[in-house]
Amino acid sequence: MSATGHHRYVSSDRRVREDRRFVAGKGNFVADVELPNMKHVAVVTCPHAAARIKSIDKSAALAMPGVHYVVDGAELAAATLPLMTGLDTPNVPRRPLALDVARYSGEWVAAVVADSRAQAEDAAEAIEIDYEALPFVLDAEQALEHGSPLVHEAHGSNVLLDKTFVWGEVEKDFAAAPRKLSLRVKWGRSSTVPIETFGVVASWDPWRDMLDVHASIQMPRYADQIGIALKIPATSVRVHHDVDVGGSYGVKRGIKHTVLCGYLSRRLGFPVRLIEDRLENMRGGDAHGPERLFDVEVAFDDQGIVRSMKMRALENVGAYAGRSPFQLGKPIGAIVGPYKIASVEYRAIAVVTNKTTQDAVRGFGQGPTNLALERTMDEVANVLGLDPLEVRKRNLIRHDEFPYLIPSGTTYDSGNYETVIAKVLADTGYDDLKAERDRLRAAGKLAGIGMAACLEPSGGNATFEALLNPAITTSTFMDSCRINIDGMGAITATMHTTSSGQGHETLLGTVIGEVLQVDPDMVRVTRPDSLNSLPSGTPVGSRMAIMLGGAAFHAANKLKAKLTAIGAHDLGIPLERAVYQDGSVSDRDAPQNKRAWADLVQIAFRNYHRMPPGFEPGLAVEHVYQVPTGGTLPTPDGRVQMYPCFSFEFHLLLLSIDPDLGRPEIVRYRLGHDCGTQINPKIVRGMTMGGIAHGIGAALYEEFAYNDDGQLIAQSFMDYLLPSSHEVPAVDIVDHETPSPHTVLGQKGSGESGYLGAPAAIANAVNDAIRGLGISINTLPIKVSTLGDLIAAAQEAAKVKKGN
Amino acid sequence: MRIELNVNGAVHEIEVEPRTTLLDCLRDRLDLKGAHAGCEHGVCGACTVLFDGAAVRSCLMFAAQAAGSAITTIEGVTPGPGELSPIQDAFCETHGLQCGYCTPAMIMAAHALLAGNPAPTREEIVEAISGNICRCTGYAQIVEAIALAAERMRGVNRPRSLTE
Repeated sequence: MSATGHHRYVSSDRRVREDRRFVAGKGNFVADVELPNMKHVAVVTCPHAAARIKSIDKSAALAMPGVHYVVDGAELAAATLPLMTGLDTPNVPRRPLALDVARYSGEWVAAVVADSRAQAEDAAEAIEIDYEALPFVLDAEQALEHGSPLVHEAHGSNVLLDKTFVWGEVEKDFAAAPRKLSLRVKWGRSSTVPIETFGVVASWDPWRDMLDVHASIQMPRYADQIGIALKIPATSVRVHHDVDVGGSYGVKRGIKHTVLCGYLSRRLGFPVRLIEDRLENMRGGDAHGPERLFDVEVAFDDQGIVRSMKMRALENVGAYAGRSPFQLGKPIGAIVGPYKIASVEYRAIAVVTNKTTQDAVRGFGQGPTNLALERTMDEVANVLGLDPLEVRKRNLIRHDEFPYLIPSGTTYDSGNYETVIAKVLADTGYDDLKAERDRLRAAGKLAGIGMAACLEPSGGNATFEALLNPAITTSTFMDSCRINIDGMGAITATMHTTSSGQGHETLLGTVIGEVLQVDPDMVRVTRPDSLNSLPSGTPVGSRMAIMLGGAAFHAANKLKAKLTAIGAHDLGIPLERAVYQDGSVSDRDAPQNKRAWADLVQIAFRNYHRMPPGFEPGLAVEHVYQVPTGGTLPTPDGRVQMYPCFSFEFHLLLLSIDPDLGRPEIVRYRLGHDCGTQINPKIVRGMTMGGIAHGIGAALYEEFAYNDDGQLIAQSFMDYLLPSSHEVPAVDIVDHETPSPHTVLGQKGSGESGYLGAPAAIANAVNDAIRGLGISINTLPIKVSTLGDLIAAAQEAAKVKKGN
Repeated sequence: MRIELNVNGAVHEIEVEPRTTLLDCLRDRLDLKGAHAGCEHGVCGACTVLFDGAAVRSCLMFAAQAAGSAITTIEGVTPGPGELSPIQDAFCETHGLQCGYCTPAMIMAAHALLAGNPAPTREEIVEAISGNICRCTGYAQIVEAIALAAERMRGVNRPRSLTE
């Protein structure tokens, strides 16, 4: 099925069609949507890490100018169902507004509706709530301890998930291996924090039984979840997919915001809008990312060949389940990274604590796992006195070993890791890089080289759900495309979800243009609302190039086949003699006999008497595309084909640290990238660079830190530091192309690998830089203050030792 | 209170609450939606507009403070319906954006830079946009867009003998 050879539009350096509206400030963001008589919501939040809500006095707020309504948790809970979660934890209900007990500082307790947002904020301050502070727990390990405060008393413990998988002869491999090493690695709590906060406008029409939803959403089954929670059919929910989403990278999942506003609009009879401010977004928006503690143990030999691995991952999911526990599941599909580790034991534990609820973040848990794996590879090299590059090379899956089955049951599709690495080293030269590091060291800097390989599982498949919760039996995660050629011969294609910067309209135009051999700019792309949509899994799991691209490819081929059949029939020749080229159909044996595009359209739309017998009139097709390699459930021993495609990246960088300040600076950054066929190289490069920028943030700057009272202390962009243009260095990207055998054009995913590899490479570079001082650091983010203190203490200790 | 605002060359008389920010006034009262709210505390730069030619954060000032000055928004630098300025076109050429949310502000920062410095170095471009956070791109294609725009704008109206 894979195309080979030359493409006409695919992989060419074409512009991204979405860009025109954005550079003129003419995007259609949710905050730009203004409906007649629309009112505004502000939320009231709990100031305690945990508290019982004893009473809520709304009277002063209701008396304020412009105020229409105040809703609390009791009223909302009586009218709606708890939000959907993936785990069977009925005693951990999640609701938009806290009911009786609030479980983290910043959790929503009540909401005000007023004529303006300013009036709603004023009134929110006037609501008097009597709280009884409760014991709380913030740390995941403490939450596991017997006697810890329980976040959800009725659940009986703080553990949402504790599952151990053993793939292969782990104990035997450990017993046989001459060397073992263990390492504790922590990925700190951060997130993707888009510049646009989450927002929603909900508008109920009682005469049509219709809830219109405009939202900056990126989430599968959004309309379903709204309908279930509000107890209305999903056919009474119309989600407008033509809203442009101002960045998401996984986290824009404002289901609680939507249920709240949907309820209010039905209750009050006018459109209701909630646009988070930055504080609401960072504290109560339920959009934090993983906070994960790893204990890794590996068994290896004197050559550095890693035979087996035991990994325990403890995830602090915050106060409610969200999607977070499943983020322990996706990494199972690439649990050994690009290495030939023969057996693995993996224990995944998710605990609740009194912190903000998490949701899906770029890579869905793969970034933290990759950090643990790549830090471990460096330490194996370190204890053996080997070069970390050499150790990686010895363990890599070789090009001639694909398709490669890993212990957890997933078969990697294709790869050429050794060539990508060779390309990265070719220009810089590893020895030159080491020489530059040594020059920096000689000049008094602490300098280190860091590297990380990483795999980007792509094609999005929800099998991790079934793996972690056997009650779920989902074995597909489809996407769809409909194409219609109208009576004038113009082409319109549809996609059925929102975009948050990934260029999906460009993707559809390019793929359909390629198949039909027409200029991609001639293909109009629209986004019908959810009631007019075919199934879409939405832009998660690096899947759209593969899945939406695949759906468009197949739909376009159906059209091409129909056009060819119409042409052959009208030419009076057998189908096998008909040649489709550039929109025309001709006779292979007499090329002068042909039917042009306009002729074919004329026949399909107006000359049914010339159509092949039994054909539908018109030129409308659709295709619902199944995930390649999908369709199976996990085996009883926990093996599963997780994602279909695996992109590969190799990060190599040189980092210098000012020894007095502890301030790290990335001096050189070189990247090898292989995501198979690149449908649009501009988009792929942007995604890769953006991922690296996110990774730099997660590695060095960004943290949702809490104080001992359970207060989130990173509440603004002055405390939560996003990388600016100064912090993101120029990166040399070297491309390689190993097509996937499973996809229509050989494409793989490219949205995540920058983020999956950069933190590990940076952590390895920092450790290479400070190893000479006898210290190491395995907790992200590696903040300037922490690093500076650590270096100063080590230098002080060295001086004392020297003095003695 | 009643204020007079000069925005994109047109004077508007507007009744606003004294606490109304320039950003809210532009978006809600003048329907100029190209400036975006990101943090509303002056860090992310998504609300950047030109204030007498200088790039400023419209979330950090009151509308009333802008009276008497010339305010320029992204709508004011767009040459016409469907037409792009050289800077806007350069952002399209390099794909110096993804989701588009920080983009109008990024372009306003670029306008402010290039108005005073037609041939900026990479470091000067990096410095000029360092108050504008982009979460999508990692900045590389934005820096390239501004360099490309500068190069093209320098070439405009120059005698052929000088450009060859």
